Amino acid sequence: MNDVAAALAARTAQDYKSSYKPIWCPGCGDYSVLSATTKALAKLGLSPEEVVVVSGIGCSSRIPAYTRCYGFHGVHGRSLAAATGLKVARPDLTVLVASGDGDGYSIGGNHFLHACRRNVDLTYVVMDNHVYGMTKGQPSPTTEPDWDSRLAPGGTGLRVFHPLVIALAAGAGFIARGFSGDPNGCAELLAQAIDHRGFSFVEILSPCVTFRPEQREWKERVRPAPVAATSDPARAARRLMTDDGFNLGVLYVADRPTAQAGARAATAAPDDLVREFER
Amino acid sequence: MTPPERRDTEARANPEAAVGVDAVGATATPASLAELLTLAVHMERDAAARYAELADAMETHNNREVTELFRRMSVIELGHAQALLSEMGWSDAPQPGHAAAAESPEAPPVDALHYLMQPYHALELALEFEVRAERFFDRLAGVARSPELREAALALRDEERAHVELIRSWMERVERPLPNWSDDPDPPRYTE
Repeated sequence: MNDVAAALAARTAQDYKSSYKPIWCPGCGDYSVLSATTKALAKLGLSPEEVVVVSGIGCSSRIPAYTRCYGFHGVHGRSLAAATGLKVARPDLTVLVASGDGDGYSIGGNHFLHACRRNVDLTYVVMDNHVYGMTKGQPSPTTEPDWDSRLAPGGTGLRVFHPLVIALAAGAGFIARGFSGDPNGCAELLAQAIDHRGFSFVEILSPCVTFRPEQREWKERVRPAPVAATSDPARAARRLMTDDGFNLGVLYVADRPTAQAGARAATAAPDDLVREFER
Repeated sequence: MTPPERRDTEARANPEAAVGVDAVGATATPASLAELLTLAVHMERDAAARYAELADAMETHNNREVTELFRRMSVIELGHAQALLSEMGWSDAPQPGHAAAAESPEAPPVDALHYLMQPYHALELALEFEVRAERFFDRLAGVARSPELREAALALRDEERAHVELIRSWMERVERPLPNWSDDPDPPRYTE
């Protein structure tokens, strides 16, 4: 390796940060997720122009603007749809998708299922704070049923959404959980997720200090998962179903064929189809 | 912002975590001077990056005094890293090993911020993490594999101790916050 190549290879996290300063609330976990993302990209030595960060709407979805990678800040809940199209059209790019629990599990819930099922080579990072923060604190799909607030007095009483279990059932091949209070741990998870061939899903517990200040206590509850990741879906299902939501690490990894553009390309040209229709 | 008294309680309740001992488990204890200095450089750089992030967050929220303080801390930490590099005659530090993958004991957590925090709080935070760094190197000295490493770890500890004293002296010069410092007549969380 010559000197120039060596210099290019030795990228630092700072090389992936844009000049825009995040406007998240001071103390927000999303700062650490940004830091972890840039550290992971530096660790993998990817060029910023080889990476695209796609997002939907919400606090967490602001992340593309804070990186020097290509970015697409899209429509609410549709980040995975946009990212899937992009990856299929440009398989040479590394595509990261950023979302929150509202954007990803409610508005974008259906896309989540099918992204797991299709297994397109994307890395999906969901910053989960169990609340819609940007719109002032409404309960989200992962909000506890008894979380009391003026917007949901006495709590919603609704069963919470279990994203990791659903990802497994829908076919995701890489499932992990991180905690924003451990940015270096998150960076390691993200690097592994990006390296994984196929759809990788990383849920990051990212406290909302404004609307859920009690989530500062999460740092007392999280712990490394007591067992190594499994590739057995039945075992993973048992673990994830009984998981209290605070086990960290890679929890499930399996090899599945990825969806590839052109694998089953249409045999008719668009003009032929139009002519057939006009007949 | 986590009330300072609670953070102190946490540190007392979990002194191992407070000194970052997880980062220097038996298998990760530096085996050479180069490894020790690599760990120290990356610790300082991580702390510098973290202070810069904290400064950015406070700048966005127009808390200028605290922004300036965190920026200064970032520059100071970066200066320490540079001094260590010069000492070793390195243009850059080698990639960190396993030990440096843990959080730097010198880097305050992002969730320690409050948008209304005052310079005293910022210094209190910096003090807490300089104390952790001091304890970290003290502990490293205790498990050092050779007299040379022990001496180097003790020198790093003394350096951190000097920072602790410096921050304490700064704290004497800034105003102590009033008990109601976090009261906001127009809070962002209007639903409560």
